[in-house]
Amino acid sequence: MSNKTPVGSVLVVGGGITGMQSALDLADAGYYVYLVEESPAIGGAMAQLDKTFPTNDCSM
Amino acid sequence: MNIELLTLSKVTSISGDSGDFTVIIKQSPRFVDMEKCIACGTCAEKCPAKTSDPFNEGLAKRKAIYVPYAQAVPLKYAIDKNRCIYFQKGKCRACEKFCPTNAIKFDETEKDITLNVGSVILTAGFTPFNPDRFDNYQHAKFPNVITSMEFERILSAGGPFAGHVHRLSDGKEPKKIAWLQCVGSRDLNRCDNEYCSSVCCMYAIKESVIAKEHLGPDFAPAIFFMDMRTHGKDFEKYYERAKAQGVRFVRSRVHTITEIDETGTLNLVYATDTGERVSEDFDMVVLSVGMEPAASAIEAAKTLGVELNSYQFVKTSNISPVATSRKGIYVAGALQGPKDIPQSVVEASAAACSAGISLSASRGTLVKDKQFPAERSVQDEKPRIGVFVCNCGINIGGIADVPAVAAYARGLGDVVYTEEPLFACSQDAQDKMVEVIREHRLNRIVVAACTPRTHEPLFQETIRNAGLNAYLFEMANIRNQCTWVHSGDKEKATEKAKDLVRMAIRRAMLLEPIPSLSVNVNKSALVIGGGVAGMTAALSLADQGFSATIVERSGNLGGSARDVHATWSGEDVQQFLKDLIDRINQHPLITVLTWAQVVDASGFVGNFETRVQAGEKTHILQHGIAIMATGGQAAVTDEYLFGKHPAVTRWHDLENNPEKLTDAGSVVFIQCVGSRDDKRPYCSRVCCTTSVSQAIAIKEKQPDTDVFILYRDIRTFGEREVLYKKAREKGVIFIRYSLESKPVVTETPDGLHVRVFDPILQKELLIHADLVNLATAIEPSPNADIAAFYKVPVNAENFFMEAHAKLRPVDFASDGLFVCGLAHYPKSLDESIAQAMAAAGRAATVLARETIQISPLVSQVNRDMCIGCGLCTEVCPFGAIIQEDVDGKGFKAKNISASCKGCGLCASSCPKKAIDMLHFRDDQIVAAVCAAV
Repeated sequence: MSNKTPVGSVLVVGGGITGMQSALDLADAGYYVYLVEESPAIGGAMAQLDKTFPTNDCSM
Repeated sequence: MNIELLTLSKVTSISGDSGDFTVIIKQSPRFVDMEKCIACGTCAEKCPAKTSDPFNEGLAKRKAIYVPYAQAVPLKYAIDKNRCIYFQKGKCRACEKFCPTNAIKFDETEKDITLNVGSVILTAGFTPFNPDRFDNYQHAKFPNVITSMEFERILSAGGPFAGHVHRLSDGKEPKKIAWLQCVGSRDLNRCDNEYCSSVCCMYAIKESVIAKEHLGPDFAPAIFFMDMRTHGKDFEKYYERAKAQGVRFVRSRVHTITEIDETGTLNLVYATDTGERVSEDFDMVVLSVGMEPAASAIEAAKTLGVELNSYQFVKTSNISPVATSRKGIYVAGALQGPKDIPQSVVEASAAACSAGISLSASRGTLVKDKQFPAERSVQDEKPRIGVFVCNCGINIGGIADVPAVAAYARGLGDVVYTEEPLFACSQDAQDKMVEVIREHRLNRIVVAACTPRTHEPLFQETIRNAGLNAYLFEMANIRNQCTWVHSGDKEKATEKAKDLVRMAIRRAMLLEPIPSLSVNVNKSALVIGGGVAGMTAALSLADQGFSATIVERSGNLGGSARDVHATWSGEDVQQFLKDLIDRINQHPLITVLTWAQVVDASGFVGNFETRVQAGEKTHILQHGIAIMATGGQAAVTDEYLFGKHPAVTRWHDLENNPEKLTDAGSVVFIQCVGSRDDKRPYCSRVCCTTSVSQAIAIKEKQPDTDVFILYRDIRTFGEREVLYKKAREKGVIFIRYSLESKPVVTETPDGLHVRVFDPILQKELLIHADLVNLATAIEPSPNADIAAFYKVPVNAENFFMEAHAKLRPVDFASDGLFVCGLAHYPKSLDESIAQAMAAAGRAATVLARETIQISPLVSQVNRDMCIGCGLCTEVCPFGAIIQEDVDGKGFKAKNISASCKGCGLCASSCPKKAIDMLHFRDDQIVAAVCAAV
């Protein structure tokens, strides 16, 4: 990057739990986000899990 | 609204540099118009083409037009071109014929989208190891050998068998299931992966515990493992609980799986510790498959031009854990290395922080806020209620008599308008609702449709577009709670729908507009603790333009990292620390207070006030957020002659005094000293890696020195496993001991003697040790004061407790407060750095705003009725209600609305009923209840 002002948007590649968290944090901090996901819906592997420990919360 | 979702898309090229990248995205056609699709499901119902459902790991079928799963976002159907009969054979188009909104677009084509972005974050994830490539796992051959991911779907209430656990061979409930660990991990025999996948031990325990809940007390689960790696926060307790609940743990690697009868029962052959051969039958076998970078993720990484490591994970360093080899491109999650959900979420926020630092000059330039028309005052108006009874296609209309329900509603008081839209949520119905509200001057809206959980925000936005306050809205769930569950009795379903609508209308009559609530944000930060975590957090905030004050208890910055030579992957920690301290000292936005302690704090998100005593001087600091980075230290012990004999040392004592090692003929490391026992029922996470690294260093320098590591389970998780392998290759001797028979260190005229029982040889060994180094537990710094000042919780071991173990690993439940580093849990330097950056990233979501909107559904005290008993203050988990001394009236409760989460604990505990919850006032709820009975 030279001295010019950077572009205030971010591309997030992958719409699993990690990508979603990055996208939300960036949007909440004042950046426009493009969230790219190769399947028809976001959610990733975590959406497939039944429950998560230690609380045994439903992953959904 | 500032996140644009591009599904069915992948990156095909990138050019430019950090701050100004041009990226080309290829988007495959969905063949369904997202604007028009209302996800009614008619298309999938009519579609004649069935195919294997990957979301259910192939255990169920789905149609060629589908949503991946019921809660999918976006909840829009898509056509799988390879399975669609029309695309394959040129005929069908059933979906198009039956779609009520004409959303099917067979002529949609692939398109290229060009984006201009300042930064890229790669989070393309992992794929579970596919065991079919090796026949010894028998997954492809035997129906009752399944993967852990398949078992997740079997357990799931939303899965292919509605949560009913049964064998795939004959549908019978299993009585015995074996989990086999390290499938595709920690194994090079068959060209599997040599690293540890980090998560499988814990998920296997979870699956066995949940399976036991499903199958009852007679169910006998067994987990076959090499080392049990429950190194995460509260994982060890979960492991112990599983043992108590009857999960059997067998330390052995199963070598043969055979099918013994036509029903599919399986026989496992394995060897015990003592070498005895055991043959045991099981109804099912679950393979605990490891993680690999997904092929598509590797492709994306290569397209973006970032370097990969030898396992194809994206290459990073321990001192900048989310930075890739290309400036401006960051990585987070399982594509950076195998890891669990909390660590992935931590890295996600850390990567967001990094991108935020590189783009801070342009923050806020491309985002927009939604604008609504001015709110109409309805205070002096009599209620004019509009009722919209949705048909939801045939979901509601096919069962309940919707016109009858609407007619009934029209006859109830204050209802001046009713309508029966086919789909109330469709765009045209929403537009019409806005018109109708204006035209009929409606001031309360009731929608009788589906669940408010998914649709209330949408309707609230619609009525705001018509100038109404969002809280003049009520929903009656006549689909999920009525027509879906009473589909067999249309008449009674209609009657119940009327009841639900009547309740909603009675409540709506009493609804009141609730003004939005916002607070100003002080844009500076307080960081408590000047170790690596605290300094990294402060620097990450200052680099985004926010001022930060570090409060350090001692006279120096650096914390526990001052004792550490190298990270587990070899980076020089002292050089890193020196650079970090220099940057802190030179940064114009950072103030450091040493010999300083927090002595009092008050306030709430955006507006905290903290008193700090630094020597003689008292500082009063105003700040918008606070980060707790108070650190931890290695515990002292009175075991193994520590403190009594000069040759018994702990942690980094050895490497910091290399002269001690020079003449040592034998060195013994003892692990788990004070960890994983009754007093500290947790694993200190980093000790195995540290001792193994030190052992390797000794062997490399002095190959003739005998080095022993006495351990309970070796927990070199993730890519750290390589160190364990290297240590064994270099001749380090690993001897396992159990909590019941710990090693014994004695002083003799002959030097130190270490006695330990070897479970493989079944003999007690005597080791003459010149040096004994202890991996004592890592404990948090005393946190009680800080916890009390800011009203944040600590767990039983005094580590700070985050808001949610999985999804909010750096937030406290109270807004504006964050945690990182050893104060949260023992962790390695790279993990502390990532968590500190994550805390700064999360904090930036507060500090970036001038004001923050807070949910106005808060507690409201009627002070005339309050007797100042203090019960509400006592029960409030968020410090959101305090007692105030009012002149002449004694104590009265006072709401701190900015901290209130609207849970209602205060209202339900108040003996004088002096507290109401806005939007859920007693009279509103009573009106709905009275309407029901």
